[in-house]
Amino acid sequence: MEKELRLMKGNEAIAEAAIRSGADAYFGYPITPQSEVIEYLMLQKPYETTGMVVLQAESEVAAINMVYGAAACGRMAMTSSSSPGISLKQEGISYIAGAELPCLILNVVRGGPGLGTIQPSQSDYFQSTKGGGHGDYRLIVLAPASVQEMFDFVELGFDLAFKYRNPVMIQSDGIIGQMMEKVELGPQKPRRKPEDIAKQCPWATTGKPVTRGHNIITSLDLVAANQEKFNLKLIEKYKTIREKEVRYELINCDDAEYILVAYGSSARLCMKAMDLLRAKGIKVGIVRLITLFPFPSKILNELAGKVKGFLAVEMSAGQMVEDVELAVKCKAPVEHFGRLGGMIPSPEEIVEALEQKIIGG
Amino acid sequence: MSEIELKDIIKKENLVYERSKVMTDNVLSFCPGCGHGTAHRLVAEVIEEMDIQSETIGVSPVGCSVLMYNFMDIDMQQAAHGRAPAVATAIKRVMPEKFVFTYQGDGDLAAIGTAETIHACNRGENITIIFINNGIYGMTGGQMAPTTLPGMPASTCPFGRDVEIMGNPLKITELISQLAGVYYVTRQSVHTPRNVRSAKKAIKKAFENQKLNRGVSFIEIVSNCNSGWKLSPVAANKWMEENMFPFYPLGDIKVDGEIVSK
Repeated sequence: MEKELRLMKGNEAIAEAAIRSGADAYFGYPITPQSEVIEYLMLQKPYETTGMVVLQAESEVAAINMVYGAAACGRMAMTSSSSPGISLKQEGISYIAGAELPCLILNVVRGGPGLGTIQPSQSDYFQSTKGGGHGDYRLIVLAPASVQEMFDFVELGFDLAFKYRNPVMIQSDGIIGQMMEKVELGPQKPRRKPEDIAKQCPWATTGKPVTRGHNIITSLDLVAANQEKFNLKLIEKYKTIREKEVRYELINCDDAEYILVAYGSSARLCMKAMDLLRAKGIKVGIVRLITLFPFPSKILNELAGKVKGFLAVEMSAGQMVEDVELAVKCKAPVEHFGRLGGMIPSPEEIVEALEQKIIGG
Repeated sequence: MSEIELKDIIKKENLVYERSKVMTDNVLSFCPGCGHGTAHRLVAEVIEEMDIQSETIGVSPVGCSVLMYNFMDIDMQQAAHGRAPAVATAIKRVMPEKFVFTYQGDGDLAAIGTAETIHACNRGENITIIFINNGIYGMTGGQMAPTTLPGMPASTCPFGRDVEIMGNPLKITELISQLAGVYYVTRQSVHTPRNVRSAKKAIKKAFENQKLNRGVSFIEIVSNCNSGWKLSPVAANKWMEENMFPFYPLGDIKVDGEIVSK
């Protein structure tokens, strides 16, 4: 069969992937730089084709709670936003994690804090990977570095969400969301039928048949000992996720003396920086994170025994670098380089940072 | 007249009331004298009478009725504080053939969830909203609610609600009735048998409206909170009649999409 190729924005690829993955519902609220997601969906009108619900909510708060309602019915539900909007969603995300519901959340990160800028940033790493809302919980966080991965990670994200009954976040940024690239589209999958959902999600609140007891979706337990038991169960789940779902890409790490650690747009910039450094005879490799949680600690620790140092490159004041340091456990120098507030580092700046902070340091 | 013994009274033929099969065996967590238990029962009875137990999904709020899911033998979701109408919106949108209701208190519906309430109503979501208004935050221990009456004391307005400082109580039901997406709005109470019958009729009408795809049916139940009001159950009901009803008058406000109240 001939490949279905299309030139599209990252945000459009997410929307197209949602339709094609057989998603049941999207709820969103406009915010730059990700409004193309809902605009694209409204143009495609999947509610007339696949039957997917698309609704513009009155706020990000309402949108994430709509995701809660649909997810609790066993539906494939998603939302998307950008940093300030994701902050508003944190209450709902915490409830979703606490009720162990599967869902997909896209964050097309922009510079902060506050209203910040509308330009690309990676300054929401802490929020995405360390919990974000209240209570002890984790999201599975996927970091696409291309428009193709924006498309591919929707289906992957839904698969992981349902596998673990856990919210999954795609943490993108304003570059990946807005830039256009060639995308190979996957086939249109049919939406699951009610009987498929009942089988896959016996916990779902779809109306209590006489054959089972009533299903309750809640995150409340007034008995502290029970709540602790539940917390321990979550910890076990996150442990399994850490063991089984780490994803990363090693680029020229076999002979590398220096490692650039990066994800998303920064990883793309590091590719050029690596070429410039290798042209100078400096052996540089890249560890590109694909999952931000679970974090690829093991491979970084292994590499730490072989290389002379790591440079964590991220468009933030230094967030991911803390996890790199924890993984490397002082076996090699770890430094951070980043541009802030929506500024994008040039490959030359990355070269200079490695030379000054690690090689010369 | 000979004495009737208990064993005679509990005979099947003497049975005049039975708990709805849509309620579970769990003991209600409400204070004695509270209207919540009666309101729960009415919802359960309507679901039973309409034979829609397997087709109904309820959404409980944050507040005294947060544990409604333990008492109703139907599938239920517990929503974040104030977000029940957004949650219910999604349930109904992904399963339009089901019956969906929210059950919310005044703090949940008319303070923290005002945006979700108004927008779900304005969109005309085809759901039933049951709103218990007792003018106080019961579960957190009697703080001022958006519906606390002027002059009425609460733990965060211990000298009575001073509207100059604390603002006015919100008649959200009248406000909701103005919205195009809302088909049926009524204000009821459950403090006398007559009122209980009337409230049940209203709840039934609301669920029947869902069958007809009419948009939002909104039922306010003005209720007591004897613990929060610091009154005995009997005195609380009397206080409610004398103080709450003049400010929140009972009766239909909007029927079949038309405003009917003066």
